[in-house]
Amino acid sequence: MATAAERKKLFGHAENNYLNCTKGIRSWIFTLDHKRIGVMYLVGVTLALLLAGVFALILRLNLWTNTSELLTDAQYNQMFTLHGAVMVFAFIIPSIPAALGNFVLPMMLGAKDVAFPRLNLCSFYLWILGTGFLLWAIISGKGLDTGWTFYTPYSIQTDTGVIYATFGAFILGFSSIFTGLNFLVTVNTMRIPGQGWFKMPLFLWGLYATAIIQVLATPVLGITLLLLIAEKAMHIGIFDPKYGGDPVLFQHFFWFYSHPAVYIMILPGMGVISELIAVYSRKKVFGYSFIAFSSVAIALLGFLVWGHHMFTSGQSIVVTLIFSAITFTVAIPSAVKVFNWLATMYKGSIALTTPMCYALSFIFLFGIGGLTGLFLGALSTDIHLHDTYFVVAHFHFVMVGGTLTAVFGGVYHWWPKMFGRMYNDNLGRLSCFLVFMGFNLTFFPQFVMGARGMPRRYASYDPEFTIFHQWSTAGAMVLGIGIVLGFGVLVYAAFKGPKVAGNPFGAASLEWQSSSPPDFHNFIHQPILHDPYDFESMIYDEELDTYVPKEFMEPDKQPATEPEPQTH
Amino acid sequence: MAVVEPEHEAHDDHHDHGEFIAHHFESAEQQFDSGKLGIWLFLVTEVLFFSGLFVAYTLYRVLHPEIFDQAHVFLDKYLGFANTLVLLFSSLTMAVAVRYAQLGKNQHVVWYVLGTMVCASAFLGVKAIEYTHKWDQGIMVRSYFDYHAGHHEASMPLARALGVSDYLIWISIVPVLLLVGFALFAVFAKLTEKANAAFFSACMAIAIGGYFIGALAGHFYMELTDGGIGGRSEKAAALMAYEDETHSDHEHTDKPADHHDESAAEQQKETSEIAPYEGPQNDEFDQDIGIFFSIYYCMTGLHAIHIIAGIGFLAWILWRSILGHWRSDYFGPCDYVGLYWHLVDLIWIYLFPLLYLID
Ligand code: HEM
Ligand SMILES: [Cu+2]
Repeated sequence: MATAAERKKLFGHAENNYLNCTKGIRSWIFTLDHKRIGVMYLVGVTLALLLAGVFALILRLNLWTNTSELLTDAQYNQMFTLHGAVMVFAFIIPSIPAALGNFVLPMMLGAKDVAFPRLNLCSFYLWILGTGFLLWAIISGKGLDTGWTFYTPYSIQTDTGVIYATFGAFILGFSSIFTGLNFLVTVNTMRIPGQGWFKMPLFLWGLYATAIIQVLATPVLGITLLLLIAEKAMHIGIFDPKYGGDPVLFQHFFWFYSHPAVYIMILPGMGVISELIAVYSRKKVFGYSFIAFSSVAIALLGFLVWGHHMFTSGQSIVVTLIFSAITFTVAIPSAVKVFNWLATMYKGSIALTTPMCYALSFIFLFGIGGLTGLFLGALSTDIHLHDTYFVVAHFHFVMVGGTLTAVFGGVYHWWPKMFGRMYNDNLGRLSCFLVFMGFNLTFFPQFVMGARGMPRRYASYDPEFTIFHQWSTAGAMVLGIGIVLGFGVLVYAAFKGPKVAGNPFGAASLEWQSSSPPDFHNFIHQPILHDPYDFESMIYDEELDTYVPKEFMEPDKQPATEPEPQTH
Repeated sequence: MAVVEPEHEAHDDHHDHGEFIAHHFESAEQQFDSGKLGIWLFLVTEVLFFSGLFVAYTLYRVLHPEIFDQAHVFLDKYLGFANTLVLLFSSLTMAVAVRYAQLGKNQHVVWYVLGTMVCASAFLGVKAIEYTHKWDQGIMVRSYFDYHAGHHEASMPLARALGVSDYLIWISIVPVLLLVGFALFAVFAKLTEKANAAFFSACMAIAIGGYFIGALAGHFYMELTDGGIGGRSEKAAALMAYEDETHSDHEHTDKPADHHDESAAEQQKETSEIAPYEGPQNDEFDQDIGIFFSIYYCMTGLHAIHIIAGIGFLAWILWRSILGHWRSDYFGPCDYVGLYWHLVDLIWIYLFPLLYLID
C-alpha cells in the first residue's frame, strides 16, 4: 500500500528520467544504459529505413514505364541492390531486437540492465561501422550491383564495391551476434526472483528464439563473407568456378544463414504482436505455451529449410524433396501463432488504438505472406515462380507487411513509456490505414505479375505488365506517405504530446511498473511480479490517470468495476 | 510477494557489492554465471565461424582426394607436431593460471599467464617460418600458386645476411617493433617509478620474445634438415606430381605409391639423372593443388588471428593479475579467457591431423 504521493513518484510522469539524468553529447555516446542504446538504435534503424525507402521509391518510379527514363540499367541494378542490402542488414534485422528489445527486455525481466552493457554499446557502434561500409559502396562511387545475396560468380566478376559491402555485412553480423548473445544471457540469468520461464511476457520468448538464431546462424554468414572477400581479392578457388571452386557452395552457405535470418526478422515481430493483441483485447493470451514453444520450434526448424531457395540451382532431387517437405512443416508453428492470436481476441474487449490497428494488419498481411510461402515451397509451382515478382511479393508481405508493421505497432505501444508523452491516436490510425492500403496496392499486383511470368530484378518489362507496375508504383507512394506520417506523429508527440504517467494502456508486464519515462535505474521500487497477462492485477488510479499494481492501491479506493482502458 | 515500500528504495546499489561487481548485478554469483554463459555462447559462435571452413574442407576432400594426397606432403609434420605440443603445453599453463586465480594467488597467475603467452608467440614464430618457406617456393593460394623448388636467394641485404627469407623479415617487423617498444617502455616506466607498468611491459617484452624463440627454432630446423624432413622433401613431391601427370595421362586420381622419406629421396636421385626437370608450374594439375593451400591458408590464418587475439586477452589478464585483482570470489575474466584459449588450442588439435597427417 502506498499513498497517492508515493504512487505519483513511482508510476507518474517523471521529470527526471533516463533521458535527462545526465547531459551532453558524451553522456549519450558513452552511455551503457540499455534504454539510451535502444533509443539510439531506434534513430539509427529509422534513418536506414528512410534511406532504403527512398531507393525503393526511385526504383518504383523508374518502373512506371517500361523504358527506364530515370535510371540507366546499370544504375537500376545498383539501386535495387542497395535497397535490399540496407533494408535487410541495416534495418530489418536489428530493428525490433536491437531497438525495441534493448529498451524493453531488461525491464520486462525487472532487471537494471542487460548482462553485458559494454557489449551492448559495442554492438551499436558495430552497427554504425557496418552500415558505414555498406554506404561507402555508394559514396565511393563504385556502387554495388550483385543483389543483396552476393551470388558468385557474378559478385567476383563485377568491379563494383563488393568488398566494402560484404565487409559491412560481416560487421553488421557481429553487431547482431552480440545483441543476441547479450539477450540470451540476460534472459537466463537476470530474471527477477520468482519469474519462471512461463511467467515471461511472450515478447521475451520471441526475442529469445531470435537470439538463438542470431548466435547460431550469423557466424556462418561471417565466414562465408570472409571467404567471398578472399575469393575476390586473391581468387582462392573456393567459390569461383574459373579456379575450380563451387558457386553453389556459396548459395548453400549464404542461405544456411539467410533463411534462418528471415526468422530473425519475423520472430521478434510475432513477439510484439503477442503483447499487443493481449493488452488491447484485455484478455489473457490464449495458449501461452503454444505461442512460446512455436517461437522456439520456428527457430530450430528454420535451420533445416535453406535449400528451398535453391530448387532451381541444380541440387539433387532427393535433397530438393526433403527441403520442400520440411519447408511445409515450418508453416505449422506460424499458423499456431495466428490461431492463438485470433482466439485471444475472441470475446476480448478490443480497443482499436493505433498499436492494435497495426497488430491487426500484421495478422492479415503476415497470413498472406506465409501462405504464399507454401506456393513457393511446393516444387512444381516454385519452378515456375522462382525469381519472379511472386517471390518479391511474398517476402515483402512477410517483411514489410509483417515485420515493419510490427515495428510500428511496437513503437506506438512503447512510445509513451520511452518518452512519457502520448501521440495523437487518430493520426496514428490514419498512418496505419495509409500503410495498409498503400502496401496492398503496391504488392498485391506483384503476385499477379509474378504468376504471369514477370521476372524480378529487371529494369524493363513487356507492355502487358504496365498496368500492374503502375498500380504498384502508385501504391508505393501511398505507403511512403503512410510511413512518414507514422514517424511524424511519433516525433511530434515526443516533444509536444500531452504528458502521460507510467501505464496508460493498463498492461501488466513489468516494464509498465515504472514512471514514464523510466528512471535511470529502470525501477524506483522493486517491481511486483504478476502474471504478465493478468490485467486484473493493474488498477486504474484516477489521480494519476494511469494503471498501477493493485498492491499499491488502498483497498477502499479500489473501484468495484474495471474502467475501460485508455484510448486517447 | 512482499510489497517493498517505496521508502526502501533500491538506490542503495552498493549494498555488499564487491569492488568488481557491476551495478546491474545483484550478486557476485549472478555476475559470474552471466559471464560464464556468455563466454560459452561466444565459443559456440567461434566453432560455427570455423565450421564453414571445415565444410569447405570436407567437400573438396571428398570431391578431389587426389589434390589433398599430393599437396599435404608440402607441409612439414614435425613442425606441425612441435606446434601442437607448444599449444598443448600452453593449455596446461593456462589451466594452472586459472586455478591460482581461483585461489587468489595473483603472483602465480602472472607467471603462468606469461608462460602461456610465450608459448602462443612461439607458435606464431614457427608458423611464420612455415609460411615464409612456402611463399618462397611459390606455394600460395589457388590463383597465385606457382611452385618452383630449390633454394631461394633473398634479395634484401638484411635477409641475406641472416640467411632467411625476405618474407620473414617483413612479417617480423611487427613483433620486433612490439618487443622494442615494450622493452623501452619498461625502462622508461622503471625510471619514472611506475612499478606495475614497468613489470607489465617487461613481461610483455618477454612474451613477444617467444615469437623469436619459435622462429629461431624453426629456422635452424629448416637449415639443419635442408628444408625440413617432416614432409616428403618438396622437390621429390613436386617431381612425383609431375611424373604422375605425364605418366598417367592426366589421371589425377592416381595415388602416389608411398610416402616414406627414403623412397622419396631415392626417387629424387633417380629422377634427377633422367631428364632435365622443368617444374610443373605451367600445367593445370599443379595449380589445382593450390585449392588445398587456399583452404590451408584460410584455416590456419584464421586460427593464427585467433591466437593473436588470444595474446591480447592474455595481456589484459596479465595486467589485472599484476594489479592483484583476483580473489576466490572474483576470478571470472581469467576463467573466461582460459576457456577461450582452450578452444583455440582445440581447433588446432583438429587442424593438425586434417591438414598435416593426411596419409
Ligand atoms: C511461413 C513460412 C514461409 C515459407 C514456407 C517461405 C517460403 C519461401 C520460399 C520457398 C522462398 C524461395 C522462393 C524462390 O526463390 O523461388 C522464399 C523466399 C523468400 N522468403 Fe519466405 N517463406 C516463409 C516465411 C518468410 C518470412 C517470415 C520471411 C521474412 C520475414 C521470408 C522472407 C523471404 C525472402 C527475403 C525470400 C527471398 C530471398 C531472395 O531470393 O532474395 N519468408 N520463401
Ligand atoms: Cu527461406
